[in-house]
Amino acid sequence: MAYRAHVLISGEPRCVAKGAREVEAALVDKLHELLLGDEVQVMEVSSLGHGDKGPELVIYPDGINYVNVTPEDARFIVEEHLLKGRPVDRLMYKELPEPLEAPATKEVRVVLENVGRIDPNNIEDYIAFDGYAAMAKVLTEMTPEEVLDVLKQSGLRGRGGAGFPTWLKWTFARQAVGEKKFIICNGDEGDPGAFMNRRVLEGDPHAVIEGMIIAAYAIGAQQGYFYVRAEYPIAIRTLRVALQQAREYGLLGENILGSGFNFDLEIRMGAGAFVCGEETALMQSIEGDRGMPRTRPPFPAASGLWKSPTNINNVETYANVPKILLKGPEWFASMGTEKSKGTKTFAVAGKVKRTGLIEVPLGITLREVVYDVGGGILNDKKFKAVQTGGPMGGCIPEQYLDMPVDYESLASLGSIMGSGGMVIMDEDTCMVDIARFFMEFVQEESCGKCVPCRVGTRRMLEILNNICEGKGQPGDIELLESMSQQIIDGALCGLGKGAPNPVLSTIKFFREEYEAHIYEKKCPAKVCKALITYDINPDVCIGCTRCARNCPVQAISGKAKETHVIDASICIRCGVCKQVCPVGAVNVG
Amino acid sequence: MKSLEELQKIKESALKRRSLGQEGARARVTVAMGTCGIAAGARETMKAVLDEIEKRQLNDVVVMQTGCMGLCEYEPMVVIQVGESEPVTYGKIDPARVLTLVEKHLLNNTPVEEWRVQTNK
Amino acid sequence: MDQGVIERVDSVSARYNNDREALVEILRDLSKEMGYISQDAFAALAEKLDLPESAVFGVASFYSMIETKPHGQHVIRFCQDAPCHVAGGREVWDALEAALGIKFGETTPDGQWTLMTTSCIGLCAVGPVMLVDEDVYGNLTPEKIPDILARYTDAGGVA
Repeated sequence: MAYRAHVLISGEPRCVAKGAREVEAALVDKLHELLLGDEVQVMEVSSLGHGDKGPELVIYPDGINYVNVTPEDARFIVEEHLLKGRPVDRLMYKELPEPLEAPATKEVRVVLENVGRIDPNNIEDYIAFDGYAAMAKVLTEMTPEEVLDVLKQSGLRGRGGAGFPTWLKWTFARQAVGEKKFIICNGDEGDPGAFMNRRVLEGDPHAVIEGMIIAAYAIGAQQGYFYVRAEYPIAIRTLRVALQQAREYGLLGENILGSGFNFDLEIRMGAGAFVCGEETALMQSIEGDRGMPRTRPPFPAASGLWKSPTNINNVETYANVPKILLKGPEWFASMGTEKSKGTKTFAVAGKVKRTGLIEVPLGITLREVVYDVGGGILNDKKFKAVQTGGPMGGCIPEQYLDMPVDYESLASLGSIMGSGGMVIMDEDTCMVDIARFFMEFVQEESCGKCVPCRVGTRRMLEILNNICEGKGQPGDIELLESMSQQIIDGALCGLGKGAPNPVLSTIKFFREEYEAHIYEKKCPAKVCKALITYDINPDVCIGCTRCARNCPVQAISGKAKETHVIDASICIRCGVCKQVCPVGAVNVG
Repeated sequence: MKSLEELQKIKESALKRRSLGQEGARARVTVAMGTCGIAAGARETMKAVLDEIEKRQLNDVVVMQTGCMGLCEYEPMVVIQVGESEPVTYGKIDPARVLTLVEKHLLNNTPVEEWRVQTNK
Repeated sequence: MDQGVIERVDSVSARYNNDREALVEILRDLSKEMGYISQDAFAALAEKLDLPESAVFGVASFYSMIETKPHGQHVIRFCQDAPCHVAGGREVWDALEAALGIKFGETTPDGQWTLMTTSCIGLCAVGPVMLVDEDVYGNLTPEKIPDILARYTDAGGVA
């Protein structure tokens, strides 16, 4: 006869010490008293996972855990839950709500100072916190040369990735000869997991507008463009409102603040093409063409939008500018390292306890980001690597955790600062799989102009796929390395030149994982499905049938109360059995 | 606006408008309405705040919106400040929780500790 | 050629002063308003802007958000990047496919829905996420799907 319910009770020593045997006796006793002995089976298992809260039991098919159970409670549970079908809320184990805690330690807010504090749809809120005061000072008291000089002293470098000194970029545009000059804000933020710019555009749009006005004054431009990806509809709406209000208040348009300076801004939207974040591709897109990069030189400062001198910076760079002019270059330069000044926003994602968006002084160590800001690795697993710089960045292993986060240090490790994405990986992450993930991304986003990038990334992806599927060949690693070099040499733009970085950096620091995949046909992190097997430990299996019932392909056989077996030829390695097993009997090898 | 003086005047009046207590309103409710907030249901939260305030005719409470507070996993987030006391930031505030916040914090000036987000300074 | 198409193309193009430099904008607006850009629309626009049809199509086909094939009245773009996937995206995706009875890239027979994916929209902390037209929904679970879909099909339209 089949039982209608099962009660598993933990026989863990800690539970026994706290009276699990007495609880079990009380359970059995009460079940017989209520004539449920034939309907409900009681079994002792080695552990249920919360030994510190024992005695513990779990009732199936409901899958409800009870903790800190006394014999008295046990009798009550039998009567309420098993007889009357009313689970006992008071004794149920509940995942404690995580304390809502902000990762604010070590944060220094410059760019994000106003975000979350002001109403982005109300220009007066921005003005209340000294908004447009820097612009007013610039337009009424300073010459363009003085503005450039302040920026030079501040040490501000481009926040879009490459870290080119902002004052120098502006100086080139100022010195370039042209009837018309343009200012562009690059808001085509496309790296997976990175959303620093969206947050600034949505939360403090006027800071970016003000920075652009100052830039326009410094280089002598009268027209500017915001290029924002269409995937950010709320940022675009907020920006539209902000531009309208700035015009109404006379902060954009003709004769701003009676200074005689004219400047206006328009929004241009992307339409779903990652490569448009590259500056020359972006300008092609504004001009209404396919967004394909072109050769540099000429650089945009000399010949950019419609062949006119153009200055292009990203959202975060412009947002820093008003603060620098208001508080002084010395203040800005007091934060950061010798060559990398100020703060930087990072989107911290992956296997850390606290993910999210932070702003920290440059020069903070990776260890501080992972452990102090991120709160350490999720489930206290082992740290493996941090990926910086998005799809064109690299993976940095544990031995470099004490490296400061600045442009030069990251570059020396084969990665980049990029726009500020950071993905933290733990021991369960397969580095070959990660390299494949990023290669898939750039392969799809390659614009197709240069053969090394268009064809090379595809070939590299095929090799990586083969390795992950257990079809790797001796020589594959060397082939990946030489193809990487060819793509770096032959591609025109940053996307192509950076595409091999995730592969090269993982080969450099985790070569043994590639070798395990190729030569031993093993995935050490147990991620690549073709290289792992699932099996059930007969000593642990209690024959509860959950795995067999949940298997999507009926690969598991076995009768109730008997050991179950997985047929490897049918198994699709989805891992569901491991997830549902109440006693941890499923192993991955 | 055509001069520095005008800019200064707007700043002063805006600061006054934002202040609570003697000159401004009695309390302020701020709802984070970045994309992350909206994705997590901030529009419904905002609507519940406005409905509740209208229903109870709390004319001395200002409601405003702001951008992402940087703790997206706790969205929808709401900040309540009563008078000149420290603002309290709350996480995961759905319409049902709005009701409690209005009753306990806005009306009786008792912050609801359970939903408070600890912002370590 | 359909007169309605020509008029629509003319009006969108006029919005940007028939400026060839606003081609990406014009195409995106047309795609949004007409659901997709038909061969007729390409021809009409090419004539309006005095460009070869191939050049107009070339620009359109470069951008993933400009549709050159018919799709449903509402387009779901589901984020399939890693963070959303880890947060349970697959179950939600399965629920979407089941609720709509279509698979990736397909349109429902009644022309209401098209199911697509998107690149990361930067909402990883509230994943899984999806865009329905321009509305964004986060913290998705399979249970939330019917409710969200109903907002678009009920008489009142979008809340």
